[in-house]
Amino acid sequence: MGMPGFYVSPEQLIQDKADFARKGIARGRALVAARYSGGIVLVAENASSTLRKVSEIYDRIAFGGVGRYNEFDQLRIAGVRHADQKGFVYSREDVDARSLANQYAQIMGQIFTHEMKPMEVEILVAEIGHEPDGDQIFHILYDGTVIDEADYTSLGGDNDAIMARLDEAWAGELELAPVVKMASDALSGPERTLAAADLEVAILDRSNGRRCFQRIDDEAVTTLLDT
Amino acid sequence: MSMPFFTPGDDPGPDFVRLLERTGHPVHTDLPGHIDAGHATTVLAVRYGDGVVMAGDRRATSGNFISHRTIEKVFAADRHSGVAIAGAAGPAVEMVKIFQVQLEHYEKVEGQQLSLEGKANQLAGMVRGNLPAAMQGLAVVPIFAGYDVRRGIGRLFQFDVTGGRYEERDHASSGSGSLHASTVVKLGFREGMDAEEAVSLALQALWHAADEDSATGGPDPIRGIYPVVATITADGFTRLDDSAIAAAFSAITAGLTTEVN
Repeated sequence: MGMPGFYVSPEQLIQDKADFARKGIARGRALVAARYSGGIVLVAENASSTLRKVSEIYDRIAFGGVGRYNEFDQLRIAGVRHADQKGFVYSREDVDARSLANQYAQIMGQIFTHEMKPMEVEILVAEIGHEPDGDQIFHILYDGTVIDEADYTSLGGDNDAIMARLDEAWAGELELAPVVKMASDALSGPERTLAAADLEVAILDRSNGRRCFQRIDDEAVTTLLDT
Repeated sequence: MSMPFFTPGDDPGPDFVRLLERTGHPVHTDLPGHIDAGHATTVLAVRYGDGVVMAGDRRATSGNFISHRTIEKVFAADRHSGVAIAGAAGPAVEMVKIFQVQLEHYEKVEGQQLSLEGKANQLAGMVRGNLPAAMQGLAVVPIFAGYDVRRGIGRLFQFDVTGGRYEERDHASSGSGSLHASTVVKLGFREGMDAEEAVSLALQALWHAADEDSATGGPDPIRGIYPVVATITADGFTRLDDSAIAAAFSAITAGLTTEVN
């Protein structure tokens, strides 16, 4: 038995898959998540008001996805199912972002290694604690890599440039309006400006009662961007 | 617990009960034999100008015994609707828990809320699913009420043990004291009442039900236990403070007290 006709080294295979996934993700529009004084805000560049990139998973947990819509939406629904079921079988307090992020990482890692086509998505799982120091932002890459982010992060699009702009603009935990403005400026870059209609904004706010997730409509986003 | 993924043909969609079945946590189990669990309660809902008021007593009984004095029978189903239960306490509370998760699950998976009618139909399906247990003595007969945000009005639904769903125009009630309570509401009902009048009418109905039905608990000022009363309007489900209910009850009882010479 000789070598198969077309030998591809594992390094090359992984590299090709990663390049493929990264290219797919970079084609889509980006998303920024950041902490503010009342919780965590997610700002996505998204002209559609029905195909969401940002959604509610559970009482204190939100989901963000960039890349191929059908792939991250499938992950979103699996997350809602997992969280609702876990909260029902155990208790609502037992549902947490860390375990959810690990499950996502397992699945995305599995698909990256074993399937022909890796998922062309990056996702974000954010959870607000009862106190600000309990806030958590997990960023999960196409290959299952989990990154525990401290205060802010960006997913998709021209990620390096957006992160550089966020690094420069970040000024600690501010009110909601300046953080939304910072996110919008980081997403747009200096050459253009984004209007409320180009953005999808949602918050996890500690003052919202049991279900902390709340979408912010275009009118309110316009007010936030203007202040 | 692993994250659930399904093939397209096997996908439970936004249905939480089917999700539980698919993942090996079935909701309904048939029990052999017959258990005589208590079925005593009075719960009611009354429509008024801004929405509906729901109220329920706090007593649970087993035969002649009072088994709990502080059980709750009125629950928020979601932001704009509530459910009140009568029947076997264990299955009833379980049904409410599943119903609450079901509505929220649908909303999150689908990205929008079920219509009020859709919510009532979901609950009817759960009552129907409980029929085998009801045949064995564990009946659950809820009432469902809510503010229909699409139509801008309060709406009420009554059920029977087979899952029959009946929309009522002005008021609905369930439980062993419901006959007395509904008579009081029927006589006192006026179109376009304000919240205070509607709450007062609901409390009078509960008071008379407790007066006639030993399985319905009245206000208990000694222990500070009062019925659960909630309003559901465009602003959502709001449970009233015990202090407000105590004050309303003292006004009612003052009017009913006989002077002793």
